[in-house]
Amino acid sequence: MAQPITAHAEVPGIEGEGANFPPFDVNTFGSQLLWLAITFAVLYLLMSRVIVPRLSGILEDRRSRIAGDLRIAAESKARAEEAGEAYEKALAEARGRAQALAQETRDKLAAETAEKRAALEAELARNLADAEARITAGKDKAMGNVEAIASDAATAIVERLTGQAPAGDAVSTAVGKAMAQ
Amino acid sequence: MAANPIEQFEIKNLIPLGNIGGQEIAFTNSALFMVGAVALITLGFTAATAGRSLVPGRAQAAAEVLYEFVAGTLRQSAGEKGMKFFPFVFSLFMFVLTCNLLGMIPGFFTVTSHVIVTFSLAILVIGTVIVYGFVKHGAHFLRLFVPSGVPGWLLPFMVVIELISFLSRPISLSLRLFANMLAGHVALKVFAGFIVGLGGLAASGGMTGVFGVAGAALPLAMAVALTAFEFLVAFLQAYVFTILTCIYLHDALHPGH
Repeated sequence: MAQPITAHAEVPGIEGEGANFPPFDVNTFGSQLLWLAITFAVLYLLMSRVIVPRLSGILEDRRSRIAGDLRIAAESKARAEEAGEAYEKALAEARGRAQALAQETRDKLAAETAEKRAALEAELARNLADAEARITAGKDKAMGNVEAIASDAATAIVERLTGQAPAGDAVSTAVGKAMAQ
Repeated sequence: MAANPIEQFEIKNLIPLGNIGGQEIAFTNSALFMVGAVALITLGFTAATAGRSLVPGRAQAAAEVLYEFVAGTLRQSAGEKGMKFFPFVFSLFMFVLTCNLLGMIPGFFTVTSHVIVTFSLAILVIGTVIVYGFVKHGAHFLRLFVPSGVPGWLLPFMVVIELISFLSRPISLSLRLFANMLAGHVALKVFAGFIVGLGGLAASGGMTGVFGVAGAALPLAMAVALTAFEFLVAFLQAYVFTILTCIYLHDALHPGH
């Protein structure tokens, strides 16, 4: 192949020479290789230095941001659940305390009532006893008077019947004997 | 035929820069589109990610989708260790994709329709695999050519087959991309030529004119369908190039079968 030697002469002639198939024209390889090397090297450098780091940075930022947000959301949910549990516990405790307090109050009131009633009953019993004692005393006194009246009546009867007053001692003894029967 | 379908692949010297060792060196239309593609990629990504916003806008979302797409492909094929090659693989994908798509604009040059470009990229990939493989694993990298669990008498054949398949990788990798882009653009141009040719017939009027209208409509529909198909191919070939790169890089990382 003598083509490389006639390269200069060929270049303007290519246009006219229709049979020459451009992709297989060795004369153009030098320029194409040179420019491909330059342009692809520049592209590779810009890609690896600027574009790819920037794009991967953007995607990484987004990924970490989303992961962070999800983590915060999970934490918040856990905290909310914790708070809910604490609330339930506090509620149960309060309910228990309220029940205990109510029971205590009820017991206290019942005890007080029982005490008051006992006191009242005791007073009533005392009053009753006093009253009974008073009645007994009255009765005894009245009975004492009965003896004197009976003695008087017996003396008067004996005086009317016999015309003479009996001895006071004999009458009271006789009345006492009669009343003892 | 209105125009030569091969003409679009012609390399034109825009600024001659002299010659080295008999090779003409110039700033060509191909170089212009390489520079354009790199400028488009870098400026596009820089502008899209300038905001670094947590909630991405439209441009940043697109940049992130491309990033995640290539990162997912690489991670799936080469594993987490392969991520150190990410800038390289991402550069390859974006370069090939942008060159393919730029070529879809009428009148624009398709950088990847030249076999020397695709072959250079393929050699770059295979070179990376070989260099990294030997640096990382030393002679153990040669285990790549010795499949395990093969009976002894079959081993020499297997090694030869593995060696040939390894050596054919840069060729298949580069030819696939080159041939797809070339064939697609040639087919588009041919059908577009039919439209013009038969459209000219339609202008002549009469019976031939009626035939010309019907005849021109068919390749027009074909060209429209092919254009859509070529957009798919432009993306698909960039993806295929990338995923094969990832698979080859996997070999460099884990040479044992």
